[in-house]
Amino acid sequence: MPKVKVDGVEIEVPQGATVLQACELAGKEIPRFCYHERLSIAGNCRMCLVEVKPGPPKPQASCALPAADNQEIFTTTPMVKHAREGIMEFLLINHPLDCPICDQGGECDLQDQSVAYGRGHSRFAENKRAVTEKYMGPIVKTIMTRCIQCTRCVRFAEEVAGVEEIGAIYRGENMQITSYLEEAVSSELSGNVVDLCPVGALTSKPYAFEARPWELRKTLSIDVMDAVGTNIRLDSRGRQVLRCVPRVNDDVNEEWASDKTRHAVDGLVRRRLDRPYVRRDGKLVPATWDEAFAAIATVEHDGNIAAVAGDLVDCETMFAAKALLREFGSTLLEGRQTGMDYDTSSIAAVNFNTTIAGTERADAILLVGTNLRWEAPLVNTRIRKAIKKGAKVFAVGPETDLTYKVEWLGADLSVLGALPEAVTEAFGKAERPMVIVGGGALKGAHGAALALVDTLGLVKDAASNGSEQGWNGFNVVHMAASRMGALMLGYAQKTGISALYDAKLTFFLGADECDFGSFTGFKVFVGHHGDKGAHHADVILPGASYAEKSGTFVNLEGRVQRGERAVFPPGDAREDWTIFRALSERMGKTLPFDTLEELRAAMAVDCPELASPGLKTFAWNPPSLATAAQGVMQGYPITDFYLTNAICRASPTMQRCSAELLHGETFAEAAE
Amino acid sequence: MSLLDKDRIFTNLYGYQSWRVDAAMQRGDWDNTKALLDLGQDRIIDVIKASGLRGRGGAGFPTGTKWSFMPKEPKPDRPNFLVINADESEPGSCKDREIIRHDPHKLIEGALVAGFAMRARAAYIYIRGEYIREAETLFAAVAEAYDRGLIGKNACGSGYDFDVFVHRGAGAYICGEETAMLESLEGKKGQPRLKPPFPAGAGLYGCPTTVNNVESIAVAPTILRRGAEWFSSFGAENNKGTKLFQISGHVNTPCVVEEAMSIPFRELIEKHCGGIRGGWDNLLAVIPGGSSVPLVPAAQIMDCPMDFDGLKGVGSGLGTAAVIVMDKSTDVVRAISRISYFYKHESCGQCTPCREGTGWMWRVMERLRTGDADIGEIDMLQQVTKQVEGHSICALGDAAAWPIQGLIRHFRPELERRIKERGGDLSPMQEAAE
Repeated sequence: MPKVKVDGVEIEVPQGATVLQACELAGKEIPRFCYHERLSIAGNCRMCLVEVKPGPPKPQASCALPAADNQEIFTTTPMVKHAREGIMEFLLINHPLDCPICDQGGECDLQDQSVAYGRGHSRFAENKRAVTEKYMGPIVKTIMTRCIQCTRCVRFAEEVAGVEEIGAIYRGENMQITSYLEEAVSSELSGNVVDLCPVGALTSKPYAFEARPWELRKTLSIDVMDAVGTNIRLDSRGRQVLRCVPRVNDDVNEEWASDKTRHAVDGLVRRRLDRPYVRRDGKLVPATWDEAFAAIATVEHDGNIAAVAGDLVDCETMFAAKALLREFGSTLLEGRQTGMDYDTSSIAAVNFNTTIAGTERADAILLVGTNLRWEAPLVNTRIRKAIKKGAKVFAVGPETDLTYKVEWLGADLSVLGALPEAVTEAFGKAERPMVIVGGGALKGAHGAALALVDTLGLVKDAASNGSEQGWNGFNVVHMAASRMGALMLGYAQKTGISALYDAKLTFFLGADECDFGSFTGFKVFVGHHGDKGAHHADVILPGASYAEKSGTFVNLEGRVQRGERAVFPPGDAREDWTIFRALSERMGKTLPFDTLEELRAAMAVDCPELASPGLKTFAWNPPSLATAAQGVMQGYPITDFYLTNAICRASPTMQRCSAELLHGETFAEAAE
Repeated sequence: MSLLDKDRIFTNLYGYQSWRVDAAMQRGDWDNTKALLDLGQDRIIDVIKASGLRGRGGAGFPTGTKWSFMPKEPKPDRPNFLVINADESEPGSCKDREIIRHDPHKLIEGALVAGFAMRARAAYIYIRGEYIREAETLFAAVAEAYDRGLIGKNACGSGYDFDVFVHRGAGAYICGEETAMLESLEGKKGQPRLKPPFPAGAGLYGCPTTVNNVESIAVAPTILRRGAEWFSSFGAENNKGTKLFQISGHVNTPCVVEEAMSIPFRELIEKHCGGIRGGWDNLLAVIPGGSSVPLVPAAQIMDCPMDFDGLKGVGSGLGTAAVIVMDKSTDVVRAISRISYFYKHESCGQCTPCREGTGWMWRVMERLRTGDADIGEIDMLQQVTKQVEGHSICALGDAAAWPIQGLIRHFRPELERRIKERGGDLSPMQEAAE
């Protein structure tokens, strides 16, 4: 561990740390634009110059210089001050000082740092440079005159997103960042460049001119667009969520979010169910809560009640429904809407056991029937990191572009029974092997994949692994934010959803993907968007979306996370658990909780894992299933990444992304 | 006492004889090269060190020391590489062109010897894109050398395998910077890399690499044949050897000539260039080392020894020894402004000070040329050059700043005269901020 002196104070820094990190450890603020913790080092903005001894008699870029023993670093000398002020002046001479009309205003690195290091006036008497706008797709708005060429976006596209579609052309002062052919950037992570951009060159197109950062109320929440459980911050003004940005959580999403996570929020104010409806004479007509409850209370069910959990619901909602059913002695609960019936006797056997962060450390990976790029984009980026460290990746399934090099083994799942030599050899040498089974392959290949645990040695205890922790390389990728929570709360039937078809009364908790025609009884839809589920309902009870309630979600690795309420539900809509509480009273079986805290306490008794946030581990005792895998995968479960649930189907941004990026429609820009 | 013909290394500098391998052999190239290699790697490096050879590309780093930085035992999957910088684009420089045109086998033999000394697997010669005929010659010469078994498998019968590849650039000045050259060789956009890591640690394709100038490599075999003492008998202490000077501009007979280092400027010009046009009283200033070094006014340069330390003493540098002579008919402000334009044009755009600073400096220079400026802007320009200098990733920022600093240092009255004559001595009307 090298010892360095920063402004006279000696500190010890970790091996491999840079001078910039050393300065930060010493509590010194080093201004920077191009440097970003999660991207490669470019060292091109030159803002982080510091004086280092021993070294050449000129300032050094601290972001790129390794900290070495006996180094003396100075961050406040005249040389450093002169360098920083010089760079800041250079950055500003060609920057249009249009902060009043710039969406980055108020959260702009250049703005902030120019206050600290800028001159009070400009000495630049020449004309400023103007750069034409570039087209980067429906998510990213470009105002390239503001660009300071830090190349963060270029490095993100190449290194994290894996699409080499952003780059710099021309040279010198004519250098421009562009998407080369001015086509939409074909990445499901493109929105992250907006956060990365230290100035207002890349801003969010759907959010353009919507709000100023200081007007927004910021609420910490959890994303429900996929099962990764991206940590997000919802920025709202009044009753509307205006944008969604990722929070830093190194265990889950690092600091990225998929485009769907970010931009589906404009679907929260469209197609909303804001009052109860009751079906009369075959038509859904608006009703009062009283009328709606009355219609449900009169249904004769004899305890034959069922509940179907949708993909976006929180554990509280599911528990409230479960508690109501239990009052009537029913356990007809199911969350797997599309009819899957894989074995759920052991949660560990359907869990992402390696953990998302652990994926980075894997050295051999076999993907079974999963298009990770769409099913869990932020797990996909972890695999890219693993590959960078030398991991080899094989995949079973129809070939698709996962942004990295994959050895495809064909779409026939039976290959799992007789893996090619290349795979067995790579896994034989691997210390941390991983198998990732997609939701699409669970049906035919769950048993076969579990059999690989033994044949490929996926589970290693601490001793054989040579480390302090053991290694479990068996992973299942779920696609629904509610899935793990649903499985933990018992939302699973042996025969899948078909066990519920004959229920007399069925509650659909925001479930929009089932085969509604098969349900013969009375259908109650409790949800927030007027989508497929609402169309088939006999009674609609308007609920709250994830932004409008405090909810517990369990992500695909078994991490319990809680999101807070950002805004209130629209109109007469209510938080879902309160609907069940009120309904239970009308049905004569009052549920024993009056507040969210009481509900959570009851839920903790029912399922202790849900009592507190954090990563839960499940005992590894896999069921013994038939090991023969069969079936040829025709495709992956997600056919349209941007339209997977009711919220994004209601979102104009997601509709446009789908049309443009997946269906090749072109949109003419209005001439300005 | 100047250099005798018998002591010249480049005996076919003017192309009076053929460049082909047979003619080159008659001149002594490829003469028992095996014996040179038999000296062994360490001995070769020791001789080069003892000869006092300093890099001929401009920075003047001791060549033998540079070679000794290479790993002594390269790993099979990380071989050592030699990259030869023939991307000669510095305005005023034309020595590498003459070597490649007329004496390419000196370079190829040097590549083998130097490559062997640094345990390199192969040499890449990166030749400037505009050197079309020269590249043709070099391709042909390399093919000849392969045909004769001089390079390739078992080069010169020494048992050492060594390949030479010629790569043509695409006309970017910045690709002459060593790390930008490596980027360009790898097929990427030619932008300098951050140092550290230095190329000797991680260079071409991440392997240990040494980048040397054409002249540094081409003189190596002759130094080995004639001995370090012979080479170091020329020039002043710490500035040993012979050097190709390229004199252009307002001399009577501009030329490229091999001379001993440390030859006084006046002697160099009188002897080889027929004196200054219009006599010595007509000399205005000299840019002694290619466009990137500051100019030196006549009075200071006349008796200055032409070597690294001598020119440093007058606030300039030897650079590539591309001597640009300007007589009193020169519009010196315009000359420097044109050089500023060159650097603005050739800046790669990667790092801030150079990208933004070169354009700014050129625009101010253009206004100073016509006098359309304020006197205070001269100081401002000086400050801007100081803001660029030393703050960029590579030396292009410095190279853009130095000529202007030289101009302001020596010709400030001329700048002020132009501003005053144009009536620009008043501070301009303040514009409202927009």
